[in-house]
Amino acid sequence: MRVALFITCFNDTMFPGTGKAVVEVLERLGHTVDFPMEQTCCGQLHFNTGYRPEALPLVDRFTRAFAGYEAVVTPSASCAGMVREGHPLLAADHGTADLQRRVAELVPRVHEFTEFLTEVLGVTKVGASFPHTVAYHPTCHSLRGLHLGDRPERLLRAVAGLELVDMPAADSCCGFGGTFAVKNADTSAAMLADKAAAVRASGAEVLCAADNSCLLHIGGGLSRQGSPVRTMHLAEILAATEGGAR
Amino acid sequence: MNGRGVVWLGAPSFPVAAKQALADPQLRANLKRATTTIRDKRLAVAAELDDWEALRDAAAAIKKRTARHLDRYLLQLEESVTAAGGTVHWAADAGEANRIVTELVRATGETEVVKIKSMATQEIGLNEHLAVHGITAYETDLAELIVQLGDDRPSHILVPAIHKNRTEIRDLFAAEMAHWGRPAPEGLTDAPRELAEAARRHLREKFLTAKVAVSGANFACADTGTVVIVESEGNGRMCLTLPETLITVMGIEKVLPSWSELEVFLQLLPRSSTGERMNPYTSTFTGTTEGDGPSAFHLVLLDNGRTDTLADRVGRQVLACIRCSACLNVCPVYERTGGHAYGSVYPGPIGAVLTPQLVGPEHAASLPFASTLCGACYEACPVKIDIPRVLTHLRAEVVEAQGGRTAEALALKAAGKVLDSPHLFAAAQKAAALGGKALARKGRIGRLPGPAAGWSDTRDTPAPPAESFRSWWRKNKEDDR
Repeated sequence: MRVALFITCFNDTMFPGTGKAVVEVLERLGHTVDFPMEQTCCGQLHFNTGYRPEALPLVDRFTRAFAGYEAVVTPSASCAGMVREGHPLLAADHGTADLQRRVAELVPRVHEFTEFLTEVLGVTKVGASFPHTVAYHPTCHSLRGLHLGDRPERLLRAVAGLELVDMPAADSCCGFGGTFAVKNADTSAAMLADKAAAVRASGAEVLCAADNSCLLHIGGGLSRQGSPVRTMHLAEILAATEGGAR
Repeated sequence: MNGRGVVWLGAPSFPVAAKQALADPQLRANLKRATTTIRDKRLAVAAELDDWEALRDAAAAIKKRTARHLDRYLLQLEESVTAAGGTVHWAADAGEANRIVTELVRATGETEVVKIKSMATQEIGLNEHLAVHGITAYETDLAELIVQLGDDRPSHILVPAIHKNRTEIRDLFAAEMAHWGRPAPEGLTDAPRELAEAARRHLREKFLTAKVAVSGANFACADTGTVVIVESEGNGRMCLTLPETLITVMGIEKVLPSWSELEVFLQLLPRSSTGERMNPYTSTFTGTTEGDGPSAFHLVLLDNGRTDTLADRVGRQVLACIRCSACLNVCPVYERTGGHAYGSVYPGPIGAVLTPQLVGPEHAASLPFASTLCGACYEACPVKIDIPRVLTHLRAEVVEAQGGRTAEALALKAAGKVLDSPHLFAAAQKAAALGGKALARKGRIGRLPGPAAGWSDTRDTPAPPAESFRSWWRKNKEDDR
């Protein structure tokens, strides 16, 4: 299948490794990946902070950049959720009939990465090997926004050598919430402290999630505390071939 | 207090108020224990019903239908209540409701009223208004009594004194009960049984002497004129049955089309609020009956911002709220900050969407931002209010009210311009990589000055890598295509 990658502005700038990992996994599975250069951002930051008119051109840009692709894949549950729920809302409230039509056409073809692997491709074993203990943090948007369920865990359990460990209160929000972490920094820090304690209690070497934004937050807290726990996007683990087993 | 009397006057913004609560480890421990306990109980009893999701859908549908024809159901309610011997009063705002209740009490010649816990009378500041006119209102719900004795504010819809521990309550009883009636017994300890007994004796005197009672309402059935109150202690039933005059203040959104709809809500409410299959006391009363209960019944229908809320296409769904507080108990923000940080009688996620609508977003501008949009509240809400959706809707209203002149607005407008151009975006990525490199030590950025300090006080940030994904793609992949 010819797949378009929506990398997200945040991953593009801060975590290019996640995009490379998605390309690696999809090519390994025999698919062709395209990266439409006209793409930038889904507009979530503007939408969630209350700047709707500013988000609208980004919706327009998104629909144009990805028009004509059979499937668009993104390694961010949060941005996939924005496209799925926010774009139709913005188009309906502020956009033209033409934009509404383009959004409606595109939205069903936009998939979060783990959703794409398990539901569209029907794959759980992607030929990865990662001999480490891993805790999975279900980000709020993957858990309650996209209802990804146990899809990420199923993918992780199929990785050779990987030991998936439990984390206390795994489904509690880490306290990032985009601008929440800046506007309500003290509350965010209190939530982060509890999440970091849960990560330590899990005993995992690596914390993984389907959203780099939450990982940036949790990883930043762990780093400040001098914790040796690494944070990795799920795609990077699925791309790993440590120890050579396939 | 502002005109509608919901947000406490001079209440600091949420982040400022939250900071105080966060600095109190005892409060955080109390809140965490209490909310976790109720949350787990709720999940267990909801799971017992195999039609739980269908009940939620039914409740949401009933509330939606009621809101669509609210005028009709309210007129029908007035007709039914009047036919049953009650009197209906219409109050456009807090001031009018307070005046109506005060005049009704005055007409009885009494200067004391007993009260069953009521969010509506808290919302309008009725006790304070009555006090100004020489009438003392005695709260009879145990937690409301604790709040009243402490000259405090409630911090939770269901458990108003959730922020107090037993020792604090004992000290309050010992020091304050005598000023309000029967004193606490000598040598009172903080054993729950002793505290409950002290409250029981103190309150019993009030129930047996009071001639006037004031209540709120959980539901009112338009077809029969029946008002419904659910509670756990039985103190409410004392208020509803013993006095001669009963005055009920009810938000207009509490009406239900008919008695038969109670079936849905009496299953959802106790399970969602206290994690019980049924609440211990369900009192229903219809007008007046000679020789049985109060001989005079007044129903005050309170608008106070509700019809404005009804006019808002997105925000109106908040009027479906049955005040169960399930959203508070699952909210990670409420769990850390408690209710006082919200500066309103309606705290937590529901307060963050209800308060700004009742008073206007410009008077509660920090509340729609007091959420990470994690969605736990939406998942828990028994009437399926999409709280995250209303939060982002109200954020847009706040931003619009600020007129786009804030530093944030300028920054986000600039970001929007950059993100609308792949070339500007790529240039910004290069600048970020260079700037990050200058700030970083061993690849990580530590503490930052200015508005970013709140973030960087507790978190390191990785320096943006020298090569963005798009630049890597261009070099390594584009030619393959």
